[in-house]
Amino acid sequence: MADSETKQVTINIDGVEHRVPDGLNLVDACEGVGVEIPHYCYHPKLSVAGNCRMCLVEMGMPMRDRATGEPVLDDAGAPKIGWMPKPAIACASKAMPGLHIKTKSDLTKECREGVMEFLLVNHPLDCPICDQAGECRLQEFATDYGRGFSRFVEEKNVKPKRTKLGPRVILDDERCILCSRCVRFCEEIDENPVLGFTERGSHSTLSCFPGKQLDSNYSLNTVDICPVGALTSTDFRFKMRVWFLKPTPSICTESSVGVNTEVWTREGKIYRITPRRNDAVNDTWMTDSGRSLYQQVEAENRMKSFRVDGNKASLGEAVQRVRELLTVGPVAYVASGHMSVEDQWMLRKLAEAEPGAIHFVYHTGEGDGRLISKDKTPNLRGGLLTGLIKGIPDAHLHSLRDKLEAGEIKTIVSFGEDIVKAGISPELIKKANLVYFGALRDDCTDYAKVLLPALTVFERSGSFVNQQFRLQKFSQIVPGPAGLLPTTALLARLIGEITGQPATAPSNPQMWREIAAAVPQFSGVEFAKIPTTGLELDSSAFATLPFVEEKGWHFEPVAEPAGAQSSHH
Amino acid sequence: MAVKVVDRSPLNLWEKTYLPQVLGGLKITLDQMLKPKITLQYPEERPVIPNHYRGVPTLVRDPNGREKCVSCQLCEFVCPPKAIRITPGEISEDDEAAHVEKRPKDFEINMLRCIYCGMCQEVCPEEAIFLQDTYSVSGYSREELVYHKAKLYELGGTLPDQHYKWDRKKEAAEKAAAGGHH
Repeated sequence: MADSETKQVTINIDGVEHRVPDGLNLVDACEGVGVEIPHYCYHPKLSVAGNCRMCLVEMGMPMRDRATGEPVLDDAGAPKIGWMPKPAIACASKAMPGLHIKTKSDLTKECREGVMEFLLVNHPLDCPICDQAGECRLQEFATDYGRGFSRFVEEKNVKPKRTKLGPRVILDDERCILCSRCVRFCEEIDENPVLGFTERGSHSTLSCFPGKQLDSNYSLNTVDICPVGALTSTDFRFKMRVWFLKPTPSICTESSVGVNTEVWTREGKIYRITPRRNDAVNDTWMTDSGRSLYQQVEAENRMKSFRVDGNKASLGEAVQRVRELLTVGPVAYVASGHMSVEDQWMLRKLAEAEPGAIHFVYHTGEGDGRLISKDKTPNLRGGLLTGLIKGIPDAHLHSLRDKLEAGEIKTIVSFGEDIVKAGISPELIKKANLVYFGALRDDCTDYAKVLLPALTVFERSGSFVNQQFRLQKFSQIVPGPAGLLPTTALLARLIGEITGQPATAPSNPQMWREIAAAVPQFSGVEFAKIPTTGLELDSSAFATLPFVEEKGWHFEPVAEPAGAQSSHH
Repeated sequence: MAVKVVDRSPLNLWEKTYLPQVLGGLKITLDQMLKPKITLQYPEERPVIPNHYRGVPTLVRDPNGREKCVSCQLCEFVCPPKAIRITPGEISEDDEAAHVEKRPKDFEINMLRCIYCGMCQEVCPEEAIFLQDTYSVSGYSREELVYHKAKLYELGGTLPDQHYKWDRKKEAAEKAAAGGHH
């Protein structure tokens, strides 16, 4: 929504005039000016259902004389407001010129108390065990707008407590307030309608259609939008109360879409990942597969110590050994789209200090036309912008293999790229010296002369450039394993060894001053000032490149996707 | 400053024998010997602990033997010296208490940190933690003084329940399953 292009209108909320975008949903319009209208079923990215009735407010418009069309004035000369005899739901109303609403009147308060009372009639007293406690709309609105006591003495409904809706979602039916957000999500966003209500009245039950289950890769979004604790995530269920968790903004590394995320941690341990709203990238959604990526932090094959020739070594020894290996003979660097822009920049500086050919592997796979693109790395475009590569790289390292076979390369420095998987046999690797910067053990780490363990995306800060050429930064969320440094710091030290200059680890703002000066697309960018929703870069220089990405939720490919032109290669 | 003149007159013969002081002392001793004893022979003898004494925090079971804590972690949140640490856990579906769904996998209270303020007891929505009459805590190492779940239940024992919230919940579910109310 481009606010600057939308006409602003004046509406009157509780006697105060506000300028809001014309036609904006009244709930959002009020939120924009700091007035809360409580709501359960309304969600800005879903259709309006209007079934919870929590957003009832009093509405009125300036009266006009039917005969003349002239505004009717009261005795004081001010326009007379024709208040509707009954309250109306704000979520099904739009901001229009002259609209008057009352959100604090006695009638509005009574409406809210009544709605809350009905919702709580059959709601169980599960708060001590409910995962939603602490971020539960029902809890919040019960304290803010509820009556504060219960008049209900009858028996509460009994409904199933642990229905498995799918592999990742469990339903507690007693807690459901029938807002239908999840039903609408499956139908409208996921376009995979599997959920519906059965039975009537207070017996209404959320369930999957016969023979179906909630197994789409977007199923956990229903857990996010559930305003109560009815839908819970199997992975996060009963793990930690949310009031202990701290959300930190991050970027999903699943593919080049660059989904904006929030990572929830307590005392250095990650408990869950949820989407962060960005209307230009992922709206308020993310994939289920992206939510499990935090498990790499505590993966069994995580590398935690520096190794030289298979033996544990200190950071200094490892860097020294890399320095020696770089002087043995011609060097090849293998960069990756998993590196941040900062890592790639430092690699460029390393390649300037110790020249060598830079190889890059294109990781392509299946996309889903939504929030998973065909490029499986978050930052291929960073490689283009920092000048590591000039065009679309190959999906293999055959050119490097040919050079190795010819004995033209003595040392390979790989940055998290499994070169065995990329087509170089272990026998060939043994002919040269492999230096490996990476977080996890993989097929090539056994053949590496020097292993430098790297930090995962959750343990360092930096930035990626997604498929839209949108520069997005991520923050450090948890501390890394003891003794490990970001790749940028390791590279700075290595460059220091080569040039003989004192080597201090550069901070992101320092690096960005250099990057902004050197790369025209990045000119004027300051790291601290990259907005949380990202910064769109000028992509015109790369408009003709055959990227593999196809149309996604907020992405239109500029050039023909590579599949269409593969015969040219 | 006022000056107080102390009487320094020389002792007479009777006083010079020191006998009046010695006899006076013996009289006090004899008087006390004949009165009832007020000293407690701690630790063999223990004082009577008044009701609502704030001793060591403990976990309690309800009269049916079910552990009352559902690991809501409110005590962990409210604990001023951060002495409490809970690892929540799910109750499996074949368990007798399956309808409660959640209980602590482990419940640790660091008695070296605990300040006996009683806020955990005050905040507990399930009436599962009580500061009872244990007041003497000792151990040979720091680890020993971090009390785990088993020890806390052993100290806590069973307390009378006013509500039987979860029993009633189970009853309602059984009634519903049998085709009763709803």
